[in-house]
Amino acid sequence: MSVQTPSSPASNAGQPLAFVSAQALRERMHEAVNDTHLRQSFRGAMDFLMAKRAVQFPDPEELDSLRVLSEHIRQYSLSKLPDLLEQLETSLVRNGVQVHWAETPDEANAIMLEIARRHAAKLIVKGKSMVSEEIEFNHAMEAAGIGALESDMGEYIVQLAGEKPSHIIMPAIHQTKQQIAKLFAEHIPGVEYTDNVDALIQIGRRVLREKFEEADIGLSGVNFAVAETGTLCLVENEGNGRMCTTVPKVHIAITGIEKVVEKLEHVAPLFSILTRSATGQAVSTYFNMITGPRRSTDQDGPEEVHLVLLDNGRSQAYADEQLRKTLQCIRCGACMNHCPVYTRIGGHAYGTTYPGPIGKIISPHMMGLEQTHLLPTASSLCGACGEVCPVKIPIPELLIRLRGEAQSAPRADPAMVGQGAAYDPKISLLWKMWAGLYSRPSTYRAFSWLATRFRALTPARQRGWTAARTPLKPAPRRLRDMLKDRT
Amino acid sequence: MSARDKILGRLRAHMPAEAMMPPVLEAHYAPRARGESKAERLRRFRTGIEGFQAQVHLTTEDDWPTLLSALCAQKQVHTLMFGGLTPAGRRLMTTRFETTVLRSWEGQVETLKADLFHRVDAALTHARGAIAETGSLILWSSPEEPRTLSLVPPLHFVLLDAATIHPTFFDALRYENWAAGLPTNALLVSGPSKTADIQQTLAYGAHGPKELIVLVINAEGEAS
Amino acid sequence: MSNPSQGVSMRTYPLRPEAVYFYATCLVDMFVPEAGMDAITLLEREGVRVIFPENQTCCGQPAFTTGFPAEARQVVESQLDLFPGDYPIVVPSGSCGGMIRWHWEKVVGDDPVLMARAASIGARTYELAEFLLHVLGFSRPDTGPGTTVTLHTSCSARREMGTHLVGRELLARLTNVQLVHHDHESECCGFGGTFSLKHPDVSMAMVSDKVASLKATGAGQVITADCGCMLNITQRAAREDLEAGRSVPSLPGEHLATFLLRRTGGKPMGERS
Repeated sequence: MSVQTPSSPASNAGQPLAFVSAQALRERMHEAVNDTHLRQSFRGAMDFLMAKRAVQFPDPEELDSLRVLSEHIRQYSLSKLPDLLEQLETSLVRNGVQVHWAETPDEANAIMLEIARRHAAKLIVKGKSMVSEEIEFNHAMEAAGIGALESDMGEYIVQLAGEKPSHIIMPAIHQTKQQIAKLFAEHIPGVEYTDNVDALIQIGRRVLREKFEEADIGLSGVNFAVAETGTLCLVENEGNGRMCTTVPKVHIAITGIEKVVEKLEHVAPLFSILTRSATGQAVSTYFNMITGPRRSTDQDGPEEVHLVLLDNGRSQAYADEQLRKTLQCIRCGACMNHCPVYTRIGGHAYGTTYPGPIGKIISPHMMGLEQTHLLPTASSLCGACGEVCPVKIPIPELLIRLRGEAQSAPRADPAMVGQGAAYDPKISLLWKMWAGLYSRPSTYRAFSWLATRFRALTPARQRGWTAARTPLKPAPRRLRDMLKDRT
Repeated sequence: MSARDKILGRLRAHMPAEAMMPPVLEAHYAPRARGESKAERLRRFRTGIEGFQAQVHLTTEDDWPTLLSALCAQKQVHTLMFGGLTPAGRRLMTTRFETTVLRSWEGQVETLKADLFHRVDAALTHARGAIAETGSLILWSSPEEPRTLSLVPPLHFVLLDAATIHPTFFDALRYENWAAGLPTNALLVSGPSKTADIQQTLAYGAHGPKELIVLVINAEGEAS
Repeated sequence: MSNPSQGVSMRTYPLRPEAVYFYATCLVDMFVPEAGMDAITLLEREGVRVIFPENQTCCGQPAFTTGFPAEARQVVESQLDLFPGDYPIVVPSGSCGGMIRWHWEKVVGDDPVLMARAASIGARTYELAEFLLHVLGFSRPDTGPGTTVTLHTSCSARREMGTHLVGRELLARLTNVQLVHHDHESECCGFGGTFSLKHPDVSMAMVSDKVASLKATGAGQVITADCGCMLNITQRAAREDLEAGRSVPSLPGEHLATFLLRRTGGKPMGERS
């Protein structure tokens, strides 16, 4: 697991940071769940984040009203998505922003590489962007000899360690300050070991300020893209996002096609519920609204602004009315903070860019069900994710749907890539038998009578159940027998 | 066919036939309106932004340059940069600063970049307004007050008129009709830059200003 | 219809009916019949006639949550005729109750006639505890000795049935019973049906943590209104006892119905000779 500090620096270009296949999920979960240190640190961190969120919503009625509104805004936006994307494009172009469309990660990287080459860029500084993680942007740039440096403190730490984020909001949540101290001392010239958090942050500040000054291009994600005004909104605390979008001559923003809203005022409630749900902050330090590159009268700001709109499986989710709800997500991470499975295994075990409950429902669209079909099964369906989701995505319902897509017999017109990937005729037959048994009351009565009368024959080993528990054994007599005895 | 056309084509093929009713934001905000006085809004703004480690000083239109001068001396600011063409900038030109060199922004950022990163200790900008609910300042970049000013120097002074504090962000952008025309960069700022990326421990001065000091004018009679 | 697991708004309850249907669930019928008997005894003692539809089997949840909607539907359709009268349906388990209340309608979603029937059944389906408290106003003197218990509320009861405060309220009415809360009370016990079979490691981590939290309260036993959670928790605790060589159960568990019956002067099924 990733809690050990890897010795490889991030700049080892050519060394892919890609995760191993999601097929290995089970082994990774096994490893993670048995890592005491990892379990303790995630439990502590998640408890902290849950408590902070709770403080932000003292009035359940206000929370409910805001969730209903936020859900409505997201669903409304999605209901007009192609129109809004075209409106967004028109507004952006009017503002002087260059708009690019990419169906796949490779296309997105190629677009950005072309921009970088046109500017003979040597260094790209990056604000936090999960979409750039999704497309393995850093790797693509490094393979082309262009430096891509993370500047969000958490992302910087993770990049230095040669890892990937373990949480979408707090990327380095799995690292202790001692590990970070060691990492800094090993990788940053002239830095002595210190585990004082303020000192560590000041070290990061010093190193990265030089890079903001020198970088040719700044890259950022987008939290909300406003169609009517052509405005790109970014939420952050550190100021690195502002640095990346203000100081270099070129700013490239990349976002999934689902992030668009129609009206500027729609961002007000979404921004509020985002920061409160994510980190339990009433508001983030910065809310940065960018409407175009440097204008003729402006004295600063990038001379070029680009927006890359990425599909990568999102239009597949869009095509199905139920699965479309996946795209309501505003990436707050509350679902992972409240997930008992995420709390036990941390973010890396999932093997996907987006971990936790949202990762389980979005990754199958990005990577196909062949690689990801086990993800939706890794949930007890406890519903904690759906309960806290600020835009009311029915995550448990979507997990069940994806389980069905994975296990059903391959169809001619599948709703998603990899439908039927987990189809097993034997398992399907077992469930058919189960249904036959339980849908015929007389058969069920006979079966349950036998199971209780011959309970001594119940197997002592019951797959996963007896890994942790004493065996299940039917009672000597059924409830219906007891009731008969009464009369 | 371009990626654009393919993506839009796929979306159009599955776009719901019936348009959803647009959300009515007032339904959420109107019943929660507080009807606060200017003083109450100031108080709430102040509590909020002080909670984010910003300093707030209540002052007056007449006195703020003197206060700024004193704060600069106290903070040992060697160089203070500001937009020389703003009303506030013009006021500063006539104020006496004992130990601080006043420098107005001249020219494009390229000629100033090295100084901004290495030699300017503090900057002053004005705020377009503020938000009581969250303790946020509203900054709009302009040719007279470029956005780098509020970002790169380690100490950021902000001049805020107490009359411009809105109850919520929604109120600000709705009633000022921001959608009709936004600057290149509009910004909400709630405190100095910070991070909790190392073991959830809050640390200030991540990449942006390490300190944020708000001078509130037009707060006469509201002080408590 | 409100969306399950998305915050259930307060439900309005009917007046005390003359009779109820009792939907035991397959787990109670075959594995914990005493709890079912005790629930029936409680209802009858309050003067309600209990109808046990003989053709009841299973709510279809195992197939539904595992991703076999057609198989779930087959079972659900076989159960739609069991409740011809308009009596309330009482279920001694939050998760089966949640299935009937919210998901039966979806499972038969493309047939308007079946949907209407499923919806009418869902609308009159109650978890036992909420029925006892809100419809029958259960309040009988506590005749048992002083004791301390802790309560585990199933995720379905909490998030689908919105009844997580009901168990507390019922226990609060027992004057000699002290209820102690455990840490991470709202967290899942790790059962999750086929989840416990497919991901035994994580399921075990969750149930071990739950057992540890429950034990840390020092309570004499854990009470729950859901048999799935109960079997998961108590059989994990039993396994720990076995491995530690303890002969006395370190965390006995009991269905709320059994506990309520014993505390209020009744004789639980398991204690009858």
